[in-house]
Amino acid sequence: MNSPNALKILFFARLRDDLNTSEESLVLPEGVATVGQLKSLLCQRGEQWQQALNTQGLFVAVEQKVVDWDTPLQGFEEVAFFPPVTGG
Amino acid sequence: MILVQEADFNTQTQYEALRQDSPKIGAIVTFVGLMRDFNEGDDVSSLFLEHYPGMTEKVLEDIRQQAMQRWRLNQVRIVHRVGELAPSDQIVFVGVSSAHRGEAFAACEFVMDFLKTQAPFWKREQTSNGRRWVEARQSDDSAADRWKS
Repeated sequence: MNSPNALKILFFARLRDDLNTSEESLVLPEGVATVGQLKSLLCQRGEQWQQALNTQGLFVAVEQKVVDWDTPLQGFEEVAFFPPVTGG
Repeated sequence: MILVQEADFNTQTQYEALRQDSPKIGAIVTFVGLMRDFNEGDDVSSLFLEHYPGMTEKVLEDIRQQAMQRWRLNQVRIVHRVGELAPSDQIVFVGVSSAHRGEAFAACEFVMDFLKTQAPFWKREQTSNGRRWVEARQSDDSAADRWKS
C-alpha cells in the first residue's frame, strides 16, 4: 500500500530492464516539486540510474498524460518514465 | 471504438461493424499492420509488445477524437494487440468510415501516424543475436509532424 502523499513511479520497456524495477512508491523530499526535479533525484542514486534516465527522447507522463519536465507534481499520484514509443 | 487485447482480431468482423453503421457511408478505409520477420538486417523470430495499461486506451481515444473532429467521419475503430506475437501475426487494425474516400484515407493515415508516435506501446524483438528493444524511427516522427498545420 502507498503511504499518504506517496507518489507511484512507473518504469516501462528498456527503462524497466535497465533499472530492474517496474514500480516504486516514493514520498517526495523537500525541494522536489517538478517532474524534472524528480528525475534529478532519481539520478542521484548512481550511474545505473543516470544512464537509464538520461537517454535521448525520454518521456515522462503524469496521471497517464505526457508532460513537460517543468510540470509540478503537487497533488498528483502517478508518474511514469518511458523511452520513445514503438507500437503500430 | 478502441480495443487493446492479447487476442487476435477478425478484420471481416471489424469491416462489417463499420459498414453496417449507416447507409450514408460511401467509403471505408482499413489498415492492418503485421509482424515482419526481419528488422535492421536481422531475422526476427518473435515479438513482445508491452504497453502502459490505462494510458494506452486514453491516448488511442484521444487520437480517435482528434480524427473525428478534423474530418467528417462516421466511425473510427482501433484494435491493437499486446503480448507475444509471431511473424505474420496481425498487430494493429485501424478502420475509418466516411461519406467520401478522401477523408477516410486521410483520417486512417492520421490515426496510424499518431498511434506510432504517441501511444505507449514498446516492441521487444527476439533475434538470433538475442532480445532487443526496437528503436523509435525518425521517419515516424516526420510522418506525424506533417499533420501539424
